[in-house]
Amino acid sequence: MRRAPDFELLTALLDPGALPGMDMAGAARVVSQARVSRLLASLAMAMQDSGDLERVDPAVRRHLDSAVLVYEKQKQDLAYDCESIRAALESVGEKLVLLKGGAYLQAELPVARGRLITDIDIIVPRERIEAAEQALNAHGWESSKLDPYNESYYRRWSHETPALVHCKRGTTLDLHHNILPPTAGPNVDASLLFERLRTARPGVFTLSLQDMVIHSATHLFHEGEFYHGLRDLWDLDRMLRQFPAEQADFWDGLVERARQLELQESLFHGLVYAQLVFGTPVPGRVMERATTLAQRLRRPLMDFLFLRAFRPDHPDCRLPLTAAALNMLYIRSHYLRMPLYLLLPHLLRKAWMRRGDGDPEETQA
Amino acid sequence: MQRLGELSTSDFHRRLAAGDLPVRVGPYVYNIHSDLPAVAQGLRALYGDFLLATPQQFVDYDVALVRGSPLQRLRGRAEFLFDRASPFETIPAGQAYAFLEWGMNWCVSLHANEYLKLHAAVVAREGAGVILPGTPGAGKSTLCAALGLQGWRILSDEHALVVPHTTDLVPLCRPVSLKNASIDVVRAFSRDAVFGPVSLETHKGVVCHMKADLTTDSHDPAPLPARALVFPRYSAGDGQYLRPRPRSESFIIAAYHSFNYSLMGEAGFHAMRHLVSSVPCYDLVYRDLDWAVQAMEKVLA
Repeated sequence: MRRAPDFELLTALLDPGALPGMDMAGAARVVSQARVSRLLASLAMAMQDSGDLERVDPAVRRHLDSAVLVYEKQKQDLAYDCESIRAALESVGEKLVLLKGGAYLQAELPVARGRLITDIDIIVPRERIEAAEQALNAHGWESSKLDPYNESYYRRWSHETPALVHCKRGTTLDLHHNILPPTAGPNVDASLLFERLRTARPGVFTLSLQDMVIHSATHLFHEGEFYHGLRDLWDLDRMLRQFPAEQADFWDGLVERARQLELQESLFHGLVYAQLVFGTPVPGRVMERATTLAQRLRRPLMDFLFLRAFRPDHPDCRLPLTAAALNMLYIRSHYLRMPLYLLLPHLLRKAWMRRGDGDPEETQA
Repeated sequence: MQRLGELSTSDFHRRLAAGDLPVRVGPYVYNIHSDLPAVAQGLRALYGDFLLATPQQFVDYDVALVRGSPLQRLRGRAEFLFDRASPFETIPAGQAYAFLEWGMNWCVSLHANEYLKLHAAVVAREGAGVILPGTPGAGKSTLCAALGLQGWRILSDEHALVVPHTTDLVPLCRPVSLKNASIDVVRAFSRDAVFGPVSLETHKGVVCHMKADLTTDSHDPAPLPARALVFPRYSAGDGQYLRPRPRSESFIIAAYHSFNYSLMGEAGFHAMRHLVSSVPCYDLVYRDLDWAVQAMEKVLA
């Protein structure tokens, strides 16, 4: 089902033994594409696990080692930060539930090998979000100061608070009460997630393995910017390959669980594109249950868009019409996030605000 | 092996515009791409003696300084690219050359971790290296330029690359970055100084680079042993002095000025301890460059 690898990074990821055999020009493209996709440490760890790292030319090897060093440091920093977050939440009787990269790392899942993170994502029940935020504030995690419009936007329409930043360490923490905004089409009942938590280590929890996969797919297909698209799809591939070994009945009920969370469409897309790009093995019966007629009809358009998004942001890898596809995905993400009667005024307001200060960096909502 | 300056003018421009100009800088290869005249002019003036890498060599850092979209062109903006992607906001095209140099520093600051990296200039005399760590504005680049013009070898203006468990310094010679008043100070110090394009109104003021590969062994990649750590500080008001400083304090300051001390963890600690306990440390406060150069000779005497 998978297409032949048509960029060097994909070749190297699919076969950890490939890089040592490449000429220097090919190896340089792998390193460059991997760096821009934030996958260099993942590649290095995959090669370490397969015993191929030793075979790499020292000129290439030092870049892999450098990326691993950054990964190891992030892992250590994460452990330190999690202790602070855990203590803060414990003071108001909440447990620390990690999402995404932080969860994989703290749970020491194989998907975490080489996984880089930019911030820490956690989730608490919606009714506890204020208590959690205040407790975190008291433990050195400061709430970002936003202008009144963005502040009220976050509080009212978002599934997370404005980012918290640790006053000394500078780490960014995203505090969520759901995995999608309340305005999005799927109406995710977040309390279901809390029913199946998995212990990463004493006092630190993650979503269940199935929910992790569903969340990863959801994040990917509701995202508007795809700088990390290939990396996120790689996460999904690793999880789908490894989780059945961790949990014998992983595939059973995966689709039903996604349906229960109203996220079956995201799961479907995740399975399709992991298969298409990385050749991820998915049992036929699971694929069949995940597919609906509507999805089948939309496939050509979705393939056009997503097969362009799941490539490194590098000229060697770009397909024709990539810019148009990425723009359409950006618009699609907003459209998925909120209905038009909310979206249009929001975008107009944003455009107006951007016109004023000329600093689009601050207006990320 | 071919040097950049040996390319014909048309070959040089063609290869720069095509992004096929792999230049060897110390242990690394930068491939440089640009469509801006100031960048071409700067490279011609400052990199003429640099060796070009062969196509068989691994390119460590693929960098570009280009005009982007037509809109950016109209607005007179340019952008720095690393791995063909843009990590920073666009800049006025008039600052292009300074930005290329900063971008090239940034590649090493962020992505090279096989050495303990100190934010420091490194100079050498008769095979003996001296590390000059310094905060921006402390005068390390000015002193480094003056030493280079007095026959010292410049190993780096920005990064001291220390091989862990040794005192060996890996040369990473690139042009010296001079800012504001120090440009005229160096001009007055020696008529031999060769300068690249001037970038006005950057976030650090006026910036101009000086050719730094002034000795016959400038591009020799072999590491040199460090013989001293000297913390320079320019001061118009204080008296000039060269004084030993405590190692413990030097350790802390050098670690603070390191790009990857904490990233390297325990290995970083041991590398720094080995360095600081192996070489003497000094404070050098200077007003007059000639005096400072003489003081540096005393350090190695």
